Amino acid sequence: MSEMSIDWAGLAPMIIVFASAFAGLLIEASVPKARRLVVQVGLAVLALAAAFIAVVLNAGKSATAFALEGTDIGSVALDGPGLFLQGTIALLSVVAVLLLAEQRTTRGGDFVSEAAVVADSAADIAQRRESGATEIFPLTLFAVGGMMMFVVAGDLLTMFVALEMLSLPLYLLCGLAKRRRLISQEAALKYFLLGAFASAFFVYGMAMLYGFAGTISLTGINAAGINSNEPRILLYIGVGMIAVAMLFKAAAVPFHMWTPDVYTGAPTPVTALMAACVKVAAFGALLRVFNVGLQSSAWDWHTILVVIAIATMIGGAIFAVTQRNIKRLLAYSSIANAGYLLIGVISLGDAVGQTMFYLAAYGFTVIAAFAVVSLVRDGDDEATDLSRWAGLGKNSTGTAVIFTVLMLALAGIPFTSGFTAKFSLFSAGLEAGEIGLVVVGVVSSAILAFPYLRVVVLLWLNEPAPDAPTVNLPSPMAGTVVAAGVLATVLLGVAPGFLLDIVSEASTFLGT
Amino acid sequence: MEPITYAQATGLLSWTWLLIALPAAGAAVLLLTGRRADKWGHWVGVATIGAAFALALGMFASLAGLDDKSAATDLFTIISVGEVHIEASLLFDPLSAVFCLLITGVGFLIHLYAVGYMAHDEGRRKFFGYFNLFAAAMLVLVLGGNYFMTFIGWEGVGLASYLLISFWQMKPAAATAGKKAFLTNRVADVGFLLAMFLMVSTIGSLDFANVFNGAEGLSDGTSLALGLLLLAAACGKSGQWPFQTWLPDAMEGPTPVSALIHAATMVTAGVYLIARSHVIFSLNENVQTAVVVVGALTLLFGAIVGCAKDDIKRVLAWSTVSQIGYMFLAVGLGGAAFALGIIHLLAHGFFKAGLFLGSGSVMHAMNDQTDIRRFGGLWKVMPLTYATFAAGWLAIIGLFPFSGYFSKDPIIAAAFAREGWQGWVTGGAALLGAALTAFYMTRLFILTFHGPKRWTEDVHPHESPAIMTGPLVLLGLGSLAAGGLMATPVTDWLVPVFGEQHEAHGHLTHMQVTIATTAVVVLGAVLAWFLFRNGTEEAPHAAAWPVRVARADLGGEAVNRGLFERPGRLAANASVAVDGRGVDGVVNGLSAAVGGSSRRLLALQTGFVRSYALSILSGAVIVVAALMVVVIQ
Repeated sequence: MSEMSIDWAGLAPMIIVFASAFAGLLIEASVPKARRLVVQVGLAVLALAAAFIAVVLNAGKSATAFALEGTDIGSVALDGPGLFLQGTIALLSVVAVLLLAEQRTTRGGDFVSEAAVVADSAADIAQRRESGATEIFPLTLFAVGGMMMFVVAGDLLTMFVALEMLSLPLYLLCGLAKRRRLISQEAALKYFLLGAFASAFFVYGMAMLYGFAGTISLTGINAAGINSNEPRILLYIGVGMIAVAMLFKAAAVPFHMWTPDVYTGAPTPVTALMAACVKVAAFGALLRVFNVGLQSSAWDWHTILVVIAIATMIGGAIFAVTQRNIKRLLAYSSIANAGYLLIGVISLGDAVGQTMFYLAAYGFTVIAAFAVVSLVRDGDDEATDLSRWAGLGKNSTGTAVIFTVLMLALAGIPFTSGFTAKFSLFSAGLEAGEIGLVVVGVVSSAILAFPYLRVVVLLWLNEPAPDAPTVNLPSPMAGTVVAAGVLATVLLGVAPGFLLDIVSEASTFLGT
Repeated sequence: MEPITYAQATGLLSWTWLLIALPAAGAAVLLLTGRRADKWGHWVGVATIGAAFALALGMFASLAGLDDKSAATDLFTIISVGEVHIEASLLFDPLSAVFCLLITGVGFLIHLYAVGYMAHDEGRRKFFGYFNLFAAAMLVLVLGGNYFMTFIGWEGVGLASYLLISFWQMKPAAATAGKKAFLTNRVADVGFLLAMFLMVSTIGSLDFANVFNGAEGLSDGTSLALGLLLLAAACGKSGQWPFQTWLPDAMEGPTPVSALIHAATMVTAGVYLIARSHVIFSLNENVQTAVVVVGALTLLFGAIVGCAKDDIKRVLAWSTVSQIGYMFLAVGLGGAAFALGIIHLLAHGFFKAGLFLGSGSVMHAMNDQTDIRRFGGLWKVMPLTYATFAAGWLAIIGLFPFSGYFSKDPIIAAAFAREGWQGWVTGGAALLGAALTAFYMTRLFILTFHGPKRWTEDVHPHESPAIMTGPLVLLGLGSLAAGGLMATPVTDWLVPVFGEQHEAHGHLTHMQVTIATTAVVVLGAVLAWFLFRNGTEEAPHAAAWPVRVARADLGGEAVNRGLFERPGRLAANASVAVDGRGVDGVVNGLSAAVGGSSRRLLALQTGFVRSYALSILSGAVIVVAALMVVVIQ
C-alpha cells in the first residue's frame, strides 16, 4: 500500500474558502431571499477571516502539502511567498467582499437581481429597485479560492486548474452590473473570450514544456533547463506561451487591451476585486514560475521580458495621461503598475520580498480608490467622468481628502505606501543590476504622477458644477473599505518596517 | 579627508522640528478652518512665520556658541530594511542656518506685504495657507539630515509652487504656467530619485554623513553619474539651462509668490543641493565642469533674454535665471567659491525680493499692468517704491559700495581664476553677464520710473499702503547693505561646512577684475540710459533679428516644443485614437445599436474582441520569435 501524507493544516485556508463557497450555493437554495444577504456576507467574511488566520498559523512553513511514501509531490508548495500572498489575498478579499455587499450608495446595490432578464426591457427597469443577486458571494469565494491556489501551485497543471477556477467566476461577476448592463455584459463577454484565448496559450505552453522536461513540476522544468537533451526550441515556445497567458492576467502590454474596457464595464466592486486580488494572484504565480521553474533559463527570456516591462511601464503611463474617466485612468495606472511589478519579476530572487510588499501596498490603495469611485454618484449612476469631480473638495471635503491621499499614494509621494513600495522595489531592481528598467520605471512614474495630481487639482482648485454629483455617505460597509485602504496606505508609508521585515523573511521559494 | 560627523542637538537646537512645525501648523489651521478664518486667517500666517524667524535667530545664536558647528536630531525611523535605515532626521548646521534665516526672514517680510497686496482677493486665507505650506516644505528641504528628507521638502515646494502659480485658476495662462512648472520639475525630480537609488545601491545609505564619507570610495563612473543626476535635479528646481522655461512663466502667480518662491527661496534649492553635496561635486572634475558650463550658459542666456522683454515681472524673472546662473557658476568652481555662491544667494534673496515686491507695488498702482512701455515718470507719484526699487537696482548691477558688488565681483574673479583657457572663457562670460545685467536693469528702471509718462488713460497711480511699503523699505535697506555686511562673516561662518579654503589666483588680480567689472557695468548702464531716457515706443515694433530671437526666449520654447511637446502630443493623440476605439467606441456603438441606426458601428464593435485577440496573438508570436532569436544566436 502506498502511503500518502497530506498536510491538512497547510491546505486549510483553501479548504475553508472552497467549502464556504459550496455552503453559499446551498444557502442560495435554502435560505429565504430576505435573509440571504446577511447570511451570505457573514459567511463570506467569516470564511475569509478564518482562511487568513489559518494562513497565519502556517507561517514559517516551507514544504509541499502532499507526499507519497516520503517523496514530496510538488503540486502544492507551501512556502514563504506562497503563504504571504495567500494571506494578502484573503485580507484584500475581505475588504472587497464588504464593498460587494454595499447596499446603501444606490438602492439595492450595484448588482442586477435577475441577470437573465433582457437588458433595458420593462422587466429590467422594474427590477432595478430590487436588491442584487446574492450569488455573487459564493462566486467571489470560488474566485478567491482559485487565487489562493494559484499562488501556491507547484506544477503547471495545478496552476492551470487554479487559473480557470479564479477566472470563470470573475467572467460572470463582470456581467452582473445593474446599471448600464449592456456595457457590463459586453465587458464580461470580452473578458471571457480573451481569457479563454489566453488559457489556450497556457495549455499549449504547458504541453511544450512537458515535451521538453518530461514533467510539469516547476522544479523539474528548472532542472531540465540545465540537463535536458530535448531540443531547446520546445522550452522557448513553452516559456513564451506560458508567459503570454500569465502576462494577460497581469495586464502587461501588449496583452492589456481588455483591461480598460473590463475595468470600466464591470461593476465597480468587481473591478476593485480584480485590480487588487487578481493582480496579487497573477504576479504571485509569475514570481513562482520564473523563480522556481525558469531560473535556469533566465538568460534566454530576460531580454524579451525587459522589452515587455518597458512597453508596459511607458504605455500604461502615456495612455493614462489623456484619460477623462476615472475608472479608465485607474485601469491604465494598473497597467503601468504591472510594468513596475515586472521589474520585480525580472530581478528574480533579489526582489521577491519587495515585489510582494508592492502588491500588498498597491492592493489596499487601489481597493479604497475604487470604493471612493463607487460613492460619487450622479443620481443612481456613478459619476465616472472626471469633469464631474471638479470642486468635490468644496461640498464633500472628507471624501476629497481621502481621495487626495489615495491619489498621492498612487503618484508615489513620500509618506504614503506608494512611495515606500516604489522605493524598495526600484532599489531592489538596481541591486539586481536592472539599471535601464529602473530608469524607465522612474520616468514612467513621473509621467504617471501627472494624471493623478491633475485629479487632485480638479478636486480642490476647480469650482463645482451647479448639478455636481452627490457623495453618498458610506454605510458601515463602504466606510470600512475606505478606512481600511487609507489606513494601510498611510501606515505602510509612515511605518512600513514591520511589513518589510515580514516580506524579507518570507521571500524564499521552495525549490530555489 | 577627515570623516564628517554631526553632533547631537542639545538645548534650544533640539527644537529644530518646531521651525517646520510652526508654518505647517499655520497651513493646517488656515486650510482646515474654512471660511470662518477669512477675517483673521492671514495674521495666523504672518504670526507663524514670524515666530519661526524669531526661533531661527535664537538657534542661530546658540549654534554660534557651539564648538561643533552642527546639531542633528533624529525624530523617528521611516524605513529600516536590512542594511538601509532611513530616519526622519534634521540637521541644523551653518549652511542650513543661513537658509533658515533667509526663508523665514525674507519670508516674513513678504508675508507682511501680501497682507496688503492680497487684501481684495477672495482667496486670501487659502493663499496664506499655501504660503505657509510652502515655507514649511522649504524648511524641510534645507533642514533635512539626509537626502530622503531633502527630497520630501523638494517635492513639497514643487507642489506648493504649483498651487501658488495656478492660484488664479481662472486665468488660463496661470493654469498652464502651473502645469509647465510642475512638469518641468517632475522631469528634473527623476534625476533626484535616480541619484537616491544610486546612493542606496552603492553606498547603502542616504545620510549626509555616510554618503559623504563613503563617496570617496566610489568609482569614477559612479561619482560622475551621481553628480550629473544631482545637477539635473538642481537645474530643474533652479530654472537653469535646459530647464529654464518654466521660471518666467511662473510669473503668472500673484506677485508675492514670485518674490518669495521664484526669487528668494525655492529657486535657490538647486544651489543648496549642490552646496550641500559639495563633497560629491568636488570628487569629479567633469561634474564640476558641467556645473560651471550650466552656470555660465544660463547667466548669459537669462541676461540676453532679459534685455528683450517688456513685461516688468518677466524681466525680473529672466534676471533671476541669470543671477542663479552666477550662483551655479560659483558652486561649480568649487573650493573657496562655494561660500561666494551662498553669499550671492543671500544678497540676491534681499534685492530680488525687494525688486519683485517693488514691481508688485507698481502693478498695484497701474491697475495690474505689467508692460514697461506703458509706464514712465512714476518716481514722482510713488517715492517710496521708487527709492527702494533704486536700491535693488544699484544692488543687482553691483556698483561699489552696494550689495551686488561684494557678492558678484568675487565670483567673476574666481571665474577668471580657473586654469588655462577655461578661465578666460568663464570669466569672460561672467563679465559680459555683468554688463548685460547693468543694461537690462537700467532699461527696466528708467522705463518704469523716469522719462515721459506713457500711461494708458484709465490709470491713476498712487503710492501703496504702509503694510506694503514697510517691508519694501526694510528689503531696500537689506539690498543696499547686505552684501557688504555679509561677505567676510558669512565666509567664516561657513568654514565648518566647506572647510578652510584658499582663494585661487589666476589670470587677473582682484583689483583688475574690479576695475573691469565696474567699467563694463557703467558702460551698460549709461548705454541703457542713453537709449531709453526719452522713453520707448508704446507698442511692440519690428526689430532686428537678434532682438527677435531674444524675445522668443532664445529659442528655448521652440526647443521645448520640438523635444517634448510635439512627441508628447503625438503620443497623446495616438492614445486618444486607440482609446476612441475602446470603450468610447463601444458606448457609441451601443447607443447606435439601441437606436437601430448604425450597423457599421455595431460591426466595428464585434471586431473589437477580434482585434484585441489579434494583439495578444501577435504579442505571443513576437515573444516566441524573440526567444527563438536568442536560441539562434
